Amino acid sequence: MNTAVLIDLSYLVAAVLFIMGLKGLTRPRTAVRGNLLGALAMAIAVVATMMHGDVIGWGTILTGMAIGSILGAVLAIRIEMTAMPQLVALFNGLGGAASVLVAGGYLAGQPDLESMSVSVATAASGLIGAVTLSGSLVAFGKLQELKFVRDVSFSGQQMINAGLALTCLLLCYLLVSRPDSAVLWFWLMSVLALGLGVLLVISIGGADMPVVIALLNSYSGLAASATGFVLNNNLLIIAGSLVGASGLILTRIMCEAMNRSLGAVLFGTLQSGSSSLSDEEAYATVRSTSAEEVAMMLEVAQNVLIVPGYGMAVAQAQHAVRDLTNLLLARGIEVNFGIHPVAGRMPGHMNVLLAEADIAYERLLEMDQVNSTMDQVDVAIVLGANDVVNPLARTDPNSPIAGMPIIDVDRARTVVVIKRSLSPGFAGIANPLFGAENTLMLFGDGKAAVVEIGKALQES
Amino acid sequence: MSGFLSDALTILADAAVADASAAASADASGHVMLLVTVFVLAVFVGVEVITKIPPTLHTPLMSGSNAISGITLIGAILAAGADHGPTAAVLGFLAVVLAVMNVVGGFMVTNRMLAMFRTTKK
Repeated sequence: MNTAVLIDLSYLVAAVLFIMGLKGLTRPRTAVRGNLLGALAMAIAVVATMMHGDVIGWGTILTGMAIGSILGAVLAIRIEMTAMPQLVALFNGLGGAASVLVAGGYLAGQPDLESMSVSVATAASGLIGAVTLSGSLVAFGKLQELKFVRDVSFSGQQMINAGLALTCLLLCYLLVSRPDSAVLWFWLMSVLALGLGVLLVISIGGADMPVVIALLNSYSGLAASATGFVLNNNLLIIAGSLVGASGLILTRIMCEAMNRSLGAVLFGTLQSGSSSLSDEEAYATVRSTSAEEVAMMLEVAQNVLIVPGYGMAVAQAQHAVRDLTNLLLARGIEVNFGIHPVAGRMPGHMNVLLAEADIAYERLLEMDQVNSTMDQVDVAIVLGANDVVNPLARTDPNSPIAGMPIIDVDRARTVVVIKRSLSPGFAGIANPLFGAENTLMLFGDGKAAVVEIGKALQES
Repeated sequence: MSGFLSDALTILADAAVADASAAASADASGHVMLLVTVFVLAVFVGVEVITKIPPTLHTPLMSGSNAISGITLIGAILAAGADHGPTAAVLGFLAVVLAVMNVVGGFMVTNRMLAMFRTTKK
């Protein structure tokens, strides 16, 4: 058997392993193995590629791999779980950057592109890769709360975006139709695409982040696929399209969970339609409570639901929540968690934090599950969440969150909202839940409040 | 989903058609169609498999699939290793570094996350 066939067969094995690996992720029990299968597939693909007849400079490659491995490993080991959204954004960007560089390197190696399909693919690699790179870096900066990355929106932004996008496409066309100066067109286009990525993401922030991260995830896959078309490599095409599909599915789930179209997230910020409810009206009947009072309520409860939001991540309260959960479980009280799909800054954000704190994943329930049993909940504790529990989504068709599926905590017997103040969430509207007659506000830092409740519970 | 698929198909089919007229070789266009076929079928497989992944695992799915998208590494190795002049070698080298970071970091952090998901219910 000659080497080329052997390499192709290895690629086939790798492709199959990638698919089996993703399949493993469908259950927590098999997920670790699934991830390892993916890593194995990657290793097989790399070794096979090193055997390729064209690959002569092993020294450079191995040096590059050593540097990249160390950097990647250090990041992976040292990152805090609360910083996971930033890390995912950063890794997305790296994939995009690699696609641009590979396409650019290909072009530098053989400037006369042999066929139109290859030049189209090269242009696509550069365009998608560059948008992914700069968009991801901006997303990273926002999530990391770097000072120089702020939400920027200015009038005519969409016109500029459209102009940039059109110019990029024009340059792609030139790249395809005038291959003699393809290198020039490619880099010019890539630079403009970097600018486009920045402008696309810079105006999006806060609660819309999960959509952006999922979409950039999808782009990083599509960029890899496009590179596969450049290099005529099936494995890149298959792996890239798997990731592209994954990102698109997540994007769609996130958009549905906010009842907004992808276009609305990307191009308009929130609809400006404000709610008719003023803060004074909504908060006239707010009652605040103390940790001791909450502890007394919990003592006599049978069924407790905790609804976490981004505030839990900010307060790093997940371990305190675990301790409280264990105290309640020890008293025979049922404790579950209601996770809204867009709670946090990326898909599944809350689940990872609670898993980190050793809370069994069976207790992490989806929105539909908890809503169907909400009437049996004695005490619902809302921890650092706001818009995702705002009943206006159901009742006020003019509010910016109208129609968004929410967790109906207002239907629980008693609701305790742990929050620093009555300040609005990302949607910028009042939340009538806080003034509802079955709601008690526990003002303070999320972590400190949960610890206090636990203490009061132990003392009683 | 179907919107994206049909868009992607149209673009790629256009590319394939344009290719056919340019290369004036039936073989070349047939080959591109083969790649497009692989792409589309893989998207369908991806959708089938990934739709079944529960929301609890969505973050590991993102970081894990992100590591898989680091498959560009293969392209980077080809660019860095082939003898296509210094520019290609430098770009290839940088691509190798970034892609490996993506791959190694992605799989490792996914593993770290997944190891935390456990069941303690009796």
